[in-house]
Amino acid sequence: MSGPNTNYDPVEVTPLSPDEVARMRDEALAAIASARTLEELKEARIAHFGDKAPLTLANAEIGALPPQARAEAGKRVGAARAEVKRALAERTAELEAERDRQVLLTEAVDVTLPWDRMPPGARHPVTMAADRLTDVFVAMGYEVAEGPEAEAEWYNFDALNFPPDHPAREAQDTLFVAAPGDAGPGGKSSAHSGVILRTHTSPVQIRAMLSRPLPLFVVSPGRCYRADALDATHSPVFHQIEGLAVDEGLTMADLRGAIQSFVDAMFGEGLRTRFRPDFFPFTEPSADVSMECHICRGASARPGGEPCRVCRSQGWIEIAGCGMVNPRVLIACGIDPDRYSGFAFGLGIERTLMIGHGVTDIRDTTEGDVRFSRAFGTEI
Amino acid sequence: MKLPLSWLREYAPVEVSVEPSEVAERLTAAGLEVESVEPAGHDISGVVTAEVLLVEELTEFKKPIRYCRVATGEGHGPGGEGDFGVICGATNFAAGDRVPFAKPGAVLPGGFEIGERKTYGRVSEGMICAGDELGIGDDHSGILVLPPDTPLGADFVGYAGLRDEVFDIAVTPDRGDCVSVRGVARELAIAFGVTFTDPADAGLPAHAGLGADLGWVSGDIRPAGIADPTACDRFVLREVRGFHPGARTPLSMRVRLARSGVRTISLAVDVTNYLMLELGQPLHAFDGTKISGPIVVRRAEPGERLETLDHVVRDLDPDDIVIADDSGPISLAGTMGGLATEIDGNSADLLIEAAHFSPSGTARMSRRHRLHSEASYRFERGVDRELPLRASAKAVALLASLGGGTIIPGCTHAHVDVPPVTIGMAADYPDLVAGVVYGLDTVIHRLRQVGCATEHDRAQQTLAVTPPSWRSDLTDPADLAEEVIRLEGYENIPVRRPRAFAGHGLTPRQRLRRAIGRGLAGAGYVEVLSMPFVSTADADALQLPPEDPRRDMLALANPLSDGEPLLQTTLLPGLFRVLNRNIGRGFADAALFEMSLVFLPRLGGRAVPPALPVDRAPTFEELAALEAALPDQPLHLGAVLSGDRESAGWWGAGRSESWADAVEAAREIGRICRVAVDVRADRQAPWHPGRCAALFVQGRDGSQESGWHAGYAGELHPRVIQAFGLPPRTSAVELDLSAFLAAAENSGPVQAPVPSPYPPATQDVALIVDAGIPAAEVRAALRDGAAATSADGIVLEDIRLFDVYTGAQVGEGRKSLAYTLRFRALDRTLTAAEATAARDAAVAEAEQRVGATLRGG
Repeated sequence: MSGPNTNYDPVEVTPLSPDEVARMRDEALAAIASARTLEELKEARIAHFGDKAPLTLANAEIGALPPQARAEAGKRVGAARAEVKRALAERTAELEAERDRQVLLTEAVDVTLPWDRMPPGARHPVTMAADRLTDVFVAMGYEVAEGPEAEAEWYNFDALNFPPDHPAREAQDTLFVAAPGDAGPGGKSSAHSGVILRTHTSPVQIRAMLSRPLPLFVVSPGRCYRADALDATHSPVFHQIEGLAVDEGLTMADLRGAIQSFVDAMFGEGLRTRFRPDFFPFTEPSADVSMECHICRGASARPGGEPCRVCRSQGWIEIAGCGMVNPRVLIACGIDPDRYSGFAFGLGIERTLMIGHGVTDIRDTTEGDVRFSRAFGTEI
Repeated sequence: MKLPLSWLREYAPVEVSVEPSEVAERLTAAGLEVESVEPAGHDISGVVTAEVLLVEELTEFKKPIRYCRVATGEGHGPGGEGDFGVICGATNFAAGDRVPFAKPGAVLPGGFEIGERKTYGRVSEGMICAGDELGIGDDHSGILVLPPDTPLGADFVGYAGLRDEVFDIAVTPDRGDCVSVRGVARELAIAFGVTFTDPADAGLPAHAGLGADLGWVSGDIRPAGIADPTACDRFVLREVRGFHPGARTPLSMRVRLARSGVRTISLAVDVTNYLMLELGQPLHAFDGTKISGPIVVRRAEPGERLETLDHVVRDLDPDDIVIADDSGPISLAGTMGGLATEIDGNSADLLIEAAHFSPSGTARMSRRHRLHSEASYRFERGVDRELPLRASAKAVALLASLGGGTIIPGCTHAHVDVPPVTIGMAADYPDLVAGVVYGLDTVIHRLRQVGCATEHDRAQQTLAVTPPSWRSDLTDPADLAEEVIRLEGYENIPVRRPRAFAGHGLTPRQRLRRAIGRGLAGAGYVEVLSMPFVSTADADALQLPPEDPRRDMLALANPLSDGEPLLQTTLLPGLFRVLNRNIGRGFADAALFEMSLVFLPRLGGRAVPPALPVDRAPTFEELAALEAALPDQPLHLGAVLSGDRESAGWWGAGRSESWADAVEAAREIGRICRVAVDVRADRQAPWHPGRCAALFVQGRDGSQESGWHAGYAGELHPRVIQAFGLPPRTSAVELDLSAFLAAAENSGPVQAPVPSPYPPATQDVALIVDAGIPAAEVRAALRDGAAATSADGIVLEDIRLFDVYTGAQVGEGRKSLAYTLRFRALDRTLTAAEATAARDAAVAEAEQRVGATLRGG
């Protein structure tokens, strides 16, 4: 830096004249503005804002001016330099943004490409429907009771008031486990082993009543077996869910309330339920339950109504069998029927899939086709 | 059961204006589910009664063809008005017979229009009809010849009463009384509030020659006795002699039988069937001349045989109830008659049997002989024991009047006294069951409607109810309550919403089972539910050795398929079948799982469960004996993998499933259950002997920690793959899920870790060990060795095996395992020296325990 110049020659300090400073500034701004890349801008910075840049050199000359001229020149040069600096910063930001934009643009991918590296898994809709139905009753305070599938006849029939030799017993089309010593491969036996594959989940009722304290509210989902031929609407292996309540003072009005609450939770509010007399050995009175069709809401059964596939234009869909626990069943479980009463109900799980999810062939639930389960995902 | 509405209306005169659908609705609401209402006869028009004037046999054809002239009016001669020429192929009629005749333009059931057409060289102007062509049964044996007094030119549909509604009613097994017009009409009358006429009382001609009263016993009738009162408590015989075997069944009876789905056979058989349908009382007609000596109802004797009407010779069981004469059994009681005493085309002396047989006796018998008849169907469900005298009287009266015979007055009547049952009931019991206040008067009214006799004590509020003879299903107060409640209408029971009960929610095991299902689905496995039936061939295909416990399978006495008569002890065969089905449908890259029970016979022989009573709760010991007779049924989880676990795609190659995926599935389940899974090399069918892992979970036996064996995983044995036709390298895992769940339950709640905020220090080590040393052992040694340094607050957080190398550089029979060890301290940043010391401790343990040497060290 030059020292203070006391004898200055105005000609020698031409660079500090207003015109000259303005010219240098304009040149710098023009160079900055015309820089198209960060590299060009770097060159412009060196040329116009670097150590050798005219404005930088002019700045250095200020010290050489007479004191009375310094302030004005300093102000002038300083303003010009500030303007150039600001332009540089702005242009840098612009070009950096432009560079970044370019980089991100070149990195663009096709986000619609598939990424199905692992085929999706799924739970079985019957399992999920069982869970869903279970949860509705668990929310009402029921607990889940379980029992074996190979079951003693006493649990499956006798304790449930199926009289020996009664046609009600035969109607169950039971699969019998062969008697001991009679179990040759393929060997058929007429001897009774006393063990069967349970024909319904009702034996779990007996197990619950024998093992749990009263009052009792249980629900039991599970697999059942009947010697039915497999066709579109029957499977020899199927699933039921059964509910049982035993308490003081339970009536059919409570049973209707439990069923109605279930239908509300499962199919939405506002669908009526209807009881019709029926017969089950383990309940008296017994009823079968229908609900108003949740699809057509009964419209299909009225004159001129559009046909409904789900209720077959009946307006009602049969959903369950139920009744008041037969006092004889309570007695077989050591429960005093003069003090306690109970109700029970049972639903077919595959049937709820048919009603609610358009399953038309029950064989789809047993074949294990991955497409069938995958369509339902992991929560129903 | 099918019944025409007109028959029901005869005894329950519901207004004709009531729609059949309304009748169906009310019957269903009363508990008689009407499954369908089929209109019959509504689609017939243009059929009239006509007389055959002359018959010309056309002989130039291969089969008999007749050209007939028929007249539809009295006094019409050939060629006159109402005279038609018709071609007919039947030969069972003659000139002068009256017949149903479909004129040109007539419409027969199914919309068949009858026109005028040229055939067999003549113009046929209509059709002479057989029974089946008019929807009267399936009789196509000949033209329906009408009685000579049939008026001519009458609309046949109206004349024969063809227009009707056929109700198909599903009768529940408790309502034996409703397997009849009598029972259904009674319910119908109650439902519509009309007067019921009991057909058992109606139409019994007082002067029919039956005798002084229905129960009058005559020595002129063949004698009979009951040898076993548990088999039969009433047995009635009546006789008709001089019956004309060829007598025709009246048209009205034929129409009703046809509407009810019963074939016309002969007058004698038709009458017994007709009365069975009307009253519910099965009747049997014997040819009286084919019976020798007195009749007895008894159990069969060992070695006895009987050829029944269906031409099957049956070996009789000592439990069978038979009707026998001097020659031996002549009928399976209440099930099917014997062939030797059957009425035939010459039978003129008819012996009519009406009896009340044991419901359970007939049920066992028909099941034993796999012989289910209309009679056994009714007896099993309960027949009115007061019917035999009346039903047999109606039978002989009808036979004599229609078949021209003579009734032998009186009857044979063997019977056992059965005291009536009276049920005591609190008057408000129906109220308590329904949750509705009906009141004593309503209760009494309803019970009397169904035929009960009631006595009541208003002060005590009790009722003594005697059910009618036709309602053997009414035995308990609950049965009586149901009668009141159903007749008052189920729709009138209020809906009382439940108040929440304080339940405990799902058990930990139930929650875990769901979590496992979701976890495996999240890992790409698809859940399937297969059938648990297998065969010995499956055990062979699994290469199970002879002593393998999985070969000890329970058999079904009546399997669905003879090819799969056994209950599964392993889930794998079922999974393999489902896998193959999916592969066959184009899904070769499959990961499937199933959670299901297996059936393991208990060790120490298979007990038969004791017969337990139902009039009290079983004792603890009795229940234990019952339980001991059941197989052990643990919950298993099986999974099978084939093809690519990860698919190939634009990202690159896919990855085939392998034994490692199967083992990892077990580890995943361990993570879900929060139990450690210990993997050890093992050999077990059906797995590849070099690629089979035995799996153990940590549990607590009593107070002692131990590893519970919980299954196997790995690649399947090539012979198993071949035997089941699976893709090469198929892998599978089978776990005893019960062990996982028990271990989870044992392990208590998770204790939260304290994550150190200090940076980790990682150390890589490559260890050379014998190729036979399992990686799990090396890892365990490293872990235990590092644990020795934990006194300094240094934790070996993670051991990650990042490379396995075999080759020349490590020497024959050896392998190099390269690990990254991640150390961290709870309270400070570790120094390099500390980390190295910890690593050295870990390595030292590995050197000492499995002979590892530090590679390059």
